[in-house]
Amino acid sequence: MIGRISRTTAALIVFVISVFPVYWMVLTAFKPTKDIQSATPTFLPIPITFDHFGTAIAAKGFFSFWRNSLLVAGGAVVLALLVALLAAFAIARLRWKGRRAFVLMVFVAQMTPWEALLIPIYVIARDTGMLDTLWILTLVYFMMTLPFTIVTLRGFLAAIPVDLEEAAQVDGCTRGQAFRKVVFPLLAPGLLATSLFGFITAWNEFAFANVLIIKDQDDRTLPVWLSSFNNTFGTDWCATMAASTLFMLPVLLIFVVLQGRVTTGIVGGAVKG
Amino acid sequence: MTLLAERPVRETAPAAPKRRKRPVLPYLLIAPTLVTTAYLLVYPLVRNVIISLQEFGLPQLVRGDAKFVGLANYVKVLSDPEFWGVVKRTLWFTAINVVLIMVLSTLVALLLVRLGKWLRLLVMGGLVLTWATPIIAATTVFQWLFQSRLGVVNWALVALGFPEYRDYTWFADGEATFGILITLIVWQSIPFAALSLYAAMITVPQELYEAARIDGAGAWRVFSTITFPMLRAMFGLITCLEVIWVVKAFVQIWVISQGGPGQATTTLPVYAFQVAQSLQRYDLGAAVSMLMVVLLVLALLAYFRQLYRQERDT
Repeated sequence: MIGRISRTTAALIVFVISVFPVYWMVLTAFKPTKDIQSATPTFLPIPITFDHFGTAIAAKGFFSFWRNSLLVAGGAVVLALLVALLAAFAIARLRWKGRRAFVLMVFVAQMTPWEALLIPIYVIARDTGMLDTLWILTLVYFMMTLPFTIVTLRGFLAAIPVDLEEAAQVDGCTRGQAFRKVVFPLLAPGLLATSLFGFITAWNEFAFANVLIIKDQDDRTLPVWLSSFNNTFGTDWCATMAASTLFMLPVLLIFVVLQGRVTTGIVGGAVKG
Repeated sequence: MTLLAERPVRETAPAAPKRRKRPVLPYLLIAPTLVTTAYLLVYPLVRNVIISLQEFGLPQLVRGDAKFVGLANYVKVLSDPEFWGVVKRTLWFTAINVVLIMVLSTLVALLLVRLGKWLRLLVMGGLVLTWATPIIAATTVFQWLFQSRLGVVNWALVALGFPEYRDYTWFADGEATFGILITLIVWQSIPFAALSLYAAMITVPQELYEAARIDGAGAWRVFSTITFPMLRAMFGLITCLEVIWVVKAFVQIWVISQGGPGQATTTLPVYAFQVAQSLQRYDLGAAVSMLMVVLLVLALLAYFRQLYRQERDT
């Protein structure tokens, strides 16, 4: 009995600690400014206000940063999917010399310490005239997500029985048709899951966005904008938290959509930030 | 692609009884990946090595006429006591973070195994929420939590009877900032480690636990003689991953303190960036980041050894 109570208490403590920062962010975003300035903080959003979201959305450039982030993350994910699908098919379905070496290369590439490549990529971007463009960010994010995309797609592909494909070929499909008509529909959920996780990586990336977009402030992405909130909102913490909430919203939606796959698929792929 | 070049030679051998073409298709399929990796990953890495061997400051960046200076940059970095201070700080930072992450994650995972269905789903939901929080959002929120005048942490500490924390400016003090960064990184890292360990723990056969309990073994004894030995490879794997992630943690530190106050939170990736960005010594920055890569490769080799063990065990 005592064991049970202490377990329940421990569980609640873990839950509160893991949820509190996010709860506090959302709560601050909905509180009237005078409430956060009072000596004793309130822990419930009463009364509630939407003013701060208005302030965040009305901030200069909000929509262009939102669009930039979408363009860069979306572009990177589409490129990664196209390239990874080909490679994943080669690994999962075909036998060829050098296959093991290629898989090893993908695993090593997945562990790239990108933080160590900030300087050369800055220099390369400058040399090729891609500094201050969204292109270079798209390319970097494409490469960041590519190895993970290959590994995960290969897993999803391997889970689809080869027999299905062969049956389709016996029935007169070409290899390409068999892939398009039989494998692809089965692969679609896997493609969706993989691309959404790639999207999150690109959506959240800060270090490169901070270094590669300097002069043209309109080309910044949301994370960089959010980190410079001091210039944007002064010390308006409510508006800052509203902006953070808006930034986190798509990521949260993606996690909700993929809830079942989160623990199984991603723990298997061993991927984080 | 050299494999392709060999092909015609074998094919011209006439009238071989079974004439098997080496298939071209797989190599065509992986070609885009190889080209991309070569240009966007290998080339920047090689370029980093080259820059670290050149004299490369702002003038060279603009004019593009950098001269090779051999290992001069490495000599300069390695003979700088500041660099060794940074290395020492990075190692401490990594050790504290990884120990906290592993111990707390193990406790959370053990707790999850023992919870009933609803409570377990609740805790897992909370962990996934933490996991889903973008680094930048979490970093911003932590700045707000520890804000000096209106921050909820100071309010709570005063309410708990520590009046010295009224209006306490956490980010003005080196050790306090260091502590906040550790809290932030540990908080962000626990979900992955705890959920992975939990997933591994439920694969341990229940009979083993029952047998141990019949023998009267306590919780610690069960963990040290059954759970840990069974999952040794998994523990090793996650520890390696956490080491790698903590060593290269850049965004949290850069956004919260830019390595300050003073040098109090300057770890290797932050130092490399500072040297390149503020001093515009790209050569020295490249050298520092190459030294960091060497450190990471060591951790990575350990990781791949664990990965190999894990594959063999399962």
